[in-house]
Amino acid sequence: MTTGSSVTSKTSEGDRMQKLSASAQERSALKRNGLVDRLFELATRSSALLVLLLLGTITGSLVLAGWPALQELGLSFFTGDRWAANVENFGALPAIYGTLVTSLIAIAIAIPVSLGIAIFLTELCPPKLRRTIGTMVELLAGVPSIIYGMWGVEVLAPFLQSHFPSVFPAGTGLTTAGLILAIMIIPFITAVTRDVMHTVPPIMRESAYGLGCTTWEVIRHVIFPSVKGGMLGGVILGLGRALGETMAVTFVIGNNLFLSATLTGQGTSIAALIANQFSEADGLQRSALLLLGLVLFLITFAVLALARFMLKRMEQRAA
Amino acid sequence: MAPRQTPKNASGNTHAAAPAKLSVQELDFYYGDFQAIKKVSMDIPANQVTAYIGPSGCGKSTLLRCFNRMHDLYPGLKTEGSILLDGQDTHASGVDINLLRARIGMVFQKPTPFPMSVYDNIAFGVKLYERLSRRDMDERVEWALKKAALWNEVKDKLKTNGQALSGGQQQRLCIARTIAVKPEVILLDEPTSALDPISTGYIEDLIHELKTDYTIVIVTHNMQQAARVSDITAFMYLGELIECGQTDQIFTDPEKKQTEDYITGRYG
Repeated sequence: MTTGSSVTSKTSEGDRMQKLSASAQERSALKRNGLVDRLFELATRSSALLVLLLLGTITGSLVLAGWPALQELGLSFFTGDRWAANVENFGALPAIYGTLVTSLIAIAIAIPVSLGIAIFLTELCPPKLRRTIGTMVELLAGVPSIIYGMWGVEVLAPFLQSHFPSVFPAGTGLTTAGLILAIMIIPFITAVTRDVMHTVPPIMRESAYGLGCTTWEVIRHVIFPSVKGGMLGGVILGLGRALGETMAVTFVIGNNLFLSATLTGQGTSIAALIANQFSEADGLQRSALLLLGLVLFLITFAVLALARFMLKRMEQRAA
Repeated sequence: MAPRQTPKNASGNTHAAAPAKLSVQELDFYYGDFQAIKKVSMDIPANQVTAYIGPSGCGKSTLLRCFNRMHDLYPGLKTEGSILLDGQDTHASGVDINLLRARIGMVFQKPTPFPMSVYDNIAFGVKLYERLSRRDMDERVEWALKKAALWNEVKDKLKTNGQALSGGQQQRLCIARTIAVKPEVILLDEPTSALDPISTGYIEDLIHELKTDYTIVIVTHNMQQAARVSDITAFMYLGELIECGQTDQIFTDPEKKQTEDYITGRYG
């Protein structure tokens, strides 16, 4: 289609415009608009491509840098239960175990607490208190992780050690790290859960109350089923943060590089191990740490993929 | 149709043959400082359809929501006066509000099926107050769906999500859900305002059917609908009950000029 015909096809608007301006000017204006459109599209498209490029480059460089370690260590990298750099013994199991366990503990604590906060904020809280608590939750999300780390090692770990010495002989450990992580991700999960709860129309609540439901029954049977999909998004966001969190975890996890298959013992996580050793590592150790980074990357990726899959299944079941 | 003795006017001097199921007495209602209902008194007879008409903002929906104390969900709203259900004040302290709402069911402007299967949408409300065996529950669900003229359309998809039905089916599902609990009164708040004419027709037929078992109160924007479905019509304007009487009389020979103006489309 030529520019001319597209102008005449817009009859109602075209008639009016022809009276106001010469058609030549009009056409050049249209052309300029077309150019702007193309430039705009190009700009957005290249921004999107940049994401792909970055992701590819990061993955590629991790693979390249980790390759020597993978060749040298083979499967023993994934099955070794100790990371002893001085004897070139690089087993990733303690770190992988620590990463997964601390994150799972964090999620297990954070989900019910966040749900509780969100339900209180949206359903039960007096309006005046709602803003105060809401703001405080958001502030909690903004606290830098190093603060949590210092607080964990100065306050939380000694507290656990003195009050539950049989469970936390050292104070620090996997569960202590899980607790700190839980505190860090609760604001995220709470914020997302609260927002999806707000999307449940008031008339839906009213119809449940109208049947004679108590507040608990409304929340349990009507609101929760409507929001669990959206809440899963918040949980994944939190899990992603917990898996990769470095600073706070390094402070309180104990940094024990030998596998201790307990929940409360001292251990390490992938991020903490890399942070502790990377600056002074070279040769095989450096390569092994980079390979470890790739493993963390893949774990995070797998969690995201799993979440997508679960969301899809939930949507399919709902339809 | 034989003429029935019905409430004659707003001042509440009634000659009702049908006993009053609900009795509104000197009711005031405030949204904060704004008075939305002003000294309304009237009786709503049992097993009849009572319709509230009036322009937007006249307080008819607000009044409807006083019957099942829906306003209690929100802070800053105040009710004065009383509403009697079978002679008992529903606004007295100590009234079990959940039980009250189980006795006075409500259907809303928009269909609001719960996020669960068609079957569970019906069974959910029943389970709140009754323990039924599997078979009794199946029967109850079928009975409610048949009453709501929906059974033939959904009997093969009782397990599908209620939110996947069409708009008209959803609204009938909500009506089925309401009657499954076996309430005594059914409040309908513009139940057809989001529906197409065919679904509207279904629901109006349904209202006729239901009044043998229930007392029905309907709020509607649509005057023809009020004329078609109701026995008694109440006209409200700016929070006041202007006139209340038999539907035939209200639409053909209203006592008040304001009512006549509204009926004939002069304002609203």
